[in-house]
Amino acid sequence: MKMPDPDQGVIARRAEIAADLAAIVPGDGGVISDPDELRPYETDGLTAYRQPPLLTVLPQDTGQVRRVLEYCHDNGIKVVPRGAGTSLSGGALPLADGILMGMARFNRILDIDFDNRCVIAQPGVTNLAITSAVAHRGFYYAPDPSSQIACTIGGNIAENAGGVHCLKYGLTTNNVLGIEVVLMNGEVVRIGGRHLDDGGYDLLGLLTGSEGLLGVVTEVTVRILRSPEKVRAMLAGFPTNEAAGDCVASIIGAGIIPGGMEMMDRPAIHAAEDFVHAGYPLDVEALLIIELDGPDQEVEYLLERVTEIARRTGASTIRVSESDAERQAFWAGRKAAFPAVGRISPDYYCMDGTIPRRRLPEVLARMAELSTKHGLRVANVFHAGDGNLHPLILYDANNPGELESAEALGSEILKLCVEVGGVLTGEHGVGVEKRDLMPTMFSEDDLKQQQRVKCAFDPESLLNPGKMFPELHRCAELGRMHVHRGQLPFPDIPRF
Amino acid sequence: MSGIARPETAEQLRDLVAWAAAEDKSLEIVGSGSKRPLGRPVRADHVVELGALAGITLYEPDELVLSAGAATPMREIEAALAERDQQLEFEPPDYTRLLVAPTVAPGAGNGQRNEPAGSIGGVVACNLGGPRRIKSGAARDHFLGFHAVSGRGEIFKSGGRVVKNVTGYDLSKLIAGSWGTLAIMTAVTLKVLPRPEKTRTVLVFGVDAGRGGEALTAALLSPHEISGAAWLPAPLAAASRVELVAGRKSGVAALRVEGPGPSVEYRCRALREELSGFGPTEELHSNGSLRFWGEIRDVLPFAAPGDDRIVWKISVPPAAGPALVGELAAEDGADAFLDWGGGLVWLALPPAPGAGAGPVRAAVARTGGHATLLRADETVRGSVAVFQPEAAAREGLTRRVKAAFDPKGILNPGRMYAEV
Repeated sequence: MKMPDPDQGVIARRAEIAADLAAIVPGDGGVISDPDELRPYETDGLTAYRQPPLLTVLPQDTGQVRRVLEYCHDNGIKVVPRGAGTSLSGGALPLADGILMGMARFNRILDIDFDNRCVIAQPGVTNLAITSAVAHRGFYYAPDPSSQIACTIGGNIAENAGGVHCLKYGLTTNNVLGIEVVLMNGEVVRIGGRHLDDGGYDLLGLLTGSEGLLGVVTEVTVRILRSPEKVRAMLAGFPTNEAAGDCVASIIGAGIIPGGMEMMDRPAIHAAEDFVHAGYPLDVEALLIIELDGPDQEVEYLLERVTEIARRTGASTIRVSESDAERQAFWAGRKAAFPAVGRISPDYYCMDGTIPRRRLPEVLARMAELSTKHGLRVANVFHAGDGNLHPLILYDANNPGELESAEALGSEILKLCVEVGGVLTGEHGVGVEKRDLMPTMFSEDDLKQQQRVKCAFDPESLLNPGKMFPELHRCAELGRMHVHRGQLPFPDIPRF
Repeated sequence: MSGIARPETAEQLRDLVAWAAAEDKSLEIVGSGSKRPLGRPVRADHVVELGALAGITLYEPDELVLSAGAATPMREIEAALAERDQQLEFEPPDYTRLLVAPTVAPGAGNGQRNEPAGSIGGVVACNLGGPRRIKSGAARDHFLGFHAVSGRGEIFKSGGRVVKNVTGYDLSKLIAGSWGTLAIMTAVTLKVLPRPEKTRTVLVFGVDAGRGGEALTAALLSPHEISGAAWLPAPLAAASRVELVAGRKSGVAALRVEGPGPSVEYRCRALREELSGFGPTEELHSNGSLRFWGEIRDVLPFAAPGDDRIVWKISVPPAAGPALVGELAAEDGADAFLDWGGGLVWLALPPAPGAGAGPVRAAVARTGGHATLLRADETVRGSVAVFQPEAAAREGLTRRVKAAFDPKGILNPGRMYAEV
């Protein structure tokens, strides 16, 4: 993975920069420069890549963020923002010549406003802490990435985090009402608030999922929802992937949108069952966990219909949760799928493509071929409702060349996703991981247009450079227009 | 040379825009033209009509996805979806009757649109959303991807055809609600969803804005999954074509409940009981509900024959809406009603050159939110800020984002802001 060449001039000024930053963020733990103390910041959830930052700075308020960014802007120093560092795509991977700006000290919930059904929080508050803060009144924050106990709401905005309930309740972008964001030049911009939409260009929608390349979020307003009255889950095992896919399509075809609909293939089922003993059937090729939530009567009614559909599409086993404990047990296997796979393999590599759902059997078949070709096993867990696929590639980094094989297999899987009409990443982000695959999905003009948007926010490309785009173009070059003056104007176009 | 260009392909459109950029000619972008009276008036050298870039190219009901040419008529989209019991969940409004006030009462006499006006590209470009906005979002939330020609005269795309996608910047959000000022969409892909099996509406009578707002809030704090929450004052309720709404001649709070039959019946029963302290309650069944929410969605209370008042669309924190009704609609000839649980104030004011912008902007500055001058004659829309004026830092961003797509400022110049 090639990162931008480090600026040796900046690296040489390290001590001076540390002192300048300490003046902006005074006190213990404001600036971290000790190599040992920098080590925890050298990687995020994508641990294959490591790079200690030049320095870590931990600001405490918007004023400090503004002044740090202003200082770095004026001195040509790169900045990488970081929430809890749970990104699976290397979004918070530091740069040797860049400041890591950790938002961990922005950890307060500022307001809980039930009448307007929203919470205002600092970006370092964890996803789960928002739900915990409103649970006593029967409310929750809907997007629930599996790292929700650790990941921060600011990081969720940067990555447009998803979760298992996306199909019904949307991703982060559908649940954020407002943000305060500081641009690389130190300007503070407030977008949205406790109201819906915001007039003007939808900069909130643009910033959500921008992977820390456009600005640093310093305050967040999210909408909260009333918790469903009832939640029940069903386990349905199928003899083939096709039958399970058919069941999913039939449920949606019948006008039912379950709160969650997860699928696991045989290797994932076995790994999970061996690990947590969730009671999964082992004689099936595919397993669906279908969760229905909502008003009491609705859940009972839909459960009957879904059971009927599962039977009709060939389910060989069907179990419905009779208690919340049993429901949790159904989920325990799925939620432990990653560590479960970690038990049967020294290392695993988690992919994140999305495909049109109906192409699933074909994609799984071709993935099996690729797995044989590369000599690496693959287990699949799948957000079946929305087509978001998480193949887990099993490898051993101690075997020379296996990491490279795993990466090669991963990129072939993602190319396959794009080929069948899907995308490179459904919820983990591009980061450094999928950066060089962007041209499989986008043309040069597509990518240049995205980079022009980056230029509108950060013309010197100081904020989180080296992520998302395979090639860094200078903004002046991107802005140039190639005019074809004097050509005959659109002769073929009918007009009067 | 001046006139109307009708490109038949994305490539022709690209050549046209590249030519216009080279020659510094500005272009007004038109799908079906139904939204031309919205926003600031555009003064452009040429008009580009996209009518030929129409037609549904992909519709897979069990994948919940639909792709179409940007100028595909909404009536075609809605008909295709209805055939498979699906819909655009954001409930796109049709402001035709509001904007072009009929001089005679419409024959059909109800809020249902037999033939919605407009094109899908126009709906997305203006990021419209109806009463279901509170539960399901606006056009932006269902807009998965697009192909377009930028003001640079380059074809580009963003997004895709799958719901879950974080590959690159979410330019779909930026294009939705950009009113044709950043790029010209040629094709769009949207998420579609099943139509609810059943729809009912609980009506609470005898409530003024304050009490009505409280009833809306109480319902939205309940677990009954409200998908529409509106309040009408007595005079506007009396003018409804839904008999049950009009009959009581009092202010009414309305709460929509959608879903499978048994669930809807159960939730309506529970809601009526929980809201009984606010006043007498009634229930609209499917047809009445459809008609009533059609009236709210299309702002028909302000679309009566001869109504030539100024109309503001004001989005505020929901709990702040009711107080604005009393504050802004106090003068003679003014009216206001609430949607989005109080968060959307529809305000009609007697015609005035300043459009009453002063008090509206002052109120929004206090509560947070934004106001759009939705209906006013062209002169007024040319002189009063139609969209919420932006603070300096944000205004700078707006200009730079515009320049990133349309450096010469040739697409719909002035449609949103005087110099954007």
